[in-house]
This record gives sequence, C-alpha cells and structure tokens, in this order.
Amino acid sequence: MAVRPEPIHAHVIDDLRFIRETMERAGAFTAVPGWGGVVMGITAVVTAMISGPPDNTTRWVAVWLLDAVVAVAIALVSTVWKSRTSGVPLSGVPALRFGLAYAPPLVAGMVLTPVFVMMGLMARLPGCWLLLYGTAVTTGGAFSVRIVPIMGLCFMALGVLAFAAPAPWGQWLMAAGFGGLHVVFGLIIARRYGG
Amino acid sequence: MGKAAASRKSEVRSLKSEVPSPKRGPLDLDRLIHERLRLGIVSALAVNDRLTFNDLKRLLRTTDGNLSVHARKLEDAEYIACDKSFDGRIPRTEFRITPAGRKAFEKYLAHMEAIIKAAKT
Repeated sequence: MAVRPEPIHAHVIDDLRFIRETMERAGAFTAVPGWGGVVMGITAVVTAMISGPPDNTTRWVAVWLLDAVVAVAIALVSTVWKSRTSGVPLSGVPALRFGLAYAPPLVAGMVLTPVFVMMGLMARLPGCWLLLYGTAVTTGGAFSVRIVPIMGLCFMALGVLAFAAPAPWGQWLMAAGFGGLHVVFGLIIARRYGG
Repeated sequence: MGKAAASRKSEVRSLKSEVPSPKRGPLDLDRLIHERLRLGIVSALAVNDRLTFNDLKRLLRTTDGNLSVHARKLEDAEYIACDKSFDGRIPRTEFRITPAGRKAFEKYLAHMEAIIKAAKT
C-alpha cells in the first residue's frame, strides 16, 4: 500500500512552530532562581512569625525590611549560581529586559514605604508590598518562562486582598505571599527549569 | 595554492550554491537556513545581539561538533559572524547574525507564509 505523502504546508507549519519555540527560549530570561525562591519563602514565614500582625510601630516595619535585605542577598546569590550552572548569561539582552521590567515597581515600593510610614498607614503596608512585588514579578516575568508572571499575578491578588481585608490579616497574607507563593512556585521552577 | 586552501574554496563554492538564487521556483526554500539546526541558530540569533557557543549549544540541545559544523556553514555564507576572545584564560566564541543573515531569515519566513497562504487557497 502506498504511503500518502505529507502535504508541504504541514512541514512548513512544523518549521514555523520550531522557529517560534526557539525564539521564545532564546529570548526568555531563564535564570530566575527556584531554590532561591524556596529559601526566601522560608525566611519570610519565619519573619511573619516574629513580626506578628501589622501595627503602627516601626518595629514591625523594621523586621520586614530586614527580611527584605536578606531576601535580596539570597536572590542575588541564587541568580548568579543558576546563571553559572545553566549557562544563561546575566549580561545578555533577555536578562537586561527582565531587569528593566522588574525594577520600576520595586522602586515605587521603596518610595511608597516611607510615605505609608509617615502617614501612619504601616498596617496597610502588606497590601502595598504584595501588590508592587507582584507587579514587578509579572512585568519582569513577561520576559521569562510562563510560570513567573503567573506567580506575579498571585502576589497581586493577595495584595488586593490585603487592602480589602482587616489589617491584622496582613501577617497571614504576608506569610502566604512572600512565604507560601515563593516556596510553591520556587519548587516548580526548580524542578521544571533547572534549579 | 595549497591543497587545504583549494578544498576550502570549493567548500565555500558549494555553500554559495545553497544560497537562494533569484531564479528559484516558488517551492524552493533557502536550503542553507532550512536545515533544522541552522534554522535554530539563525532563529536564536535573531532575538539576541550575540550568543556564545555554549549558549547556543544549551539552547539547541546539540553537541559541540554538530554546532561547529553548522555554525561554520552559516559563517561561510556570511549569515552569521563569529568573534573569538578570551575571558581570562578561557577562550570565548560569540556569534551574531549579520544583516545578510537577518535578511535571509526574513525572506525565509515570508516564503513559509506564502506557502501556507497558497495551501489555503
């Protein structure tokens, strides 16, 4: 029995799919650290336990700012480690695009934090931080693998909830976001995207 | 002229014959880009200013030898350019797409789209 030849446009569609997938992989920043996210998540859960519910004291803000410094250090070390082990250059265009999209919402957060403190709105900082961090992860994630912006959207949803919910919920929402989401998505990224 | 130089010239001639000519038929694709690994190299370089040899190897999940051979063919056709340097003591090879390579890639994509359009009508 003669085998029917595959139509030429089927090959063409297959080639176009290959080109699209290659361009997507080549243009995406894939050195987002999964294991680093897990460690950041664990430190955030510990911080939530230490800080207690948000109140209008500088102690609560100071505890979380200290955790933020630790988290930045973990993120930097784990990103460099993943970049070296996976061969993804941190000086490449995908990394630059990721950084340029990721940074502005974080800068907005750094500006808004003292404003909230000076206006006595410290108990509302969980909403501000979760929303802006989520925005940074979502916008930066547009230049990374698909799961990264999904994580960002989850952070944004928690941020909205934190603004709508009673202020004492902030402790649990911070633990769920900076703790839980980092751990869950960190594990997925580590398992699927090489560390 | 040495044997090596003569063989290199004949290799370049044979590659030039793979470059599209204006007299190609409607279904003739650019054979030089059409090969899967070479298509991958050109596609990856189309969205990056430059990529190292190791970046491309990881991205296209291929071997050193295979990547070298196909990158060399694209280089000979002047579709990509290669810069060699040292990162400390470690040799570093970087590739970038040339204007001719980008034009050939765009032509190839247009050609593919035309084939799909023709198949639909």
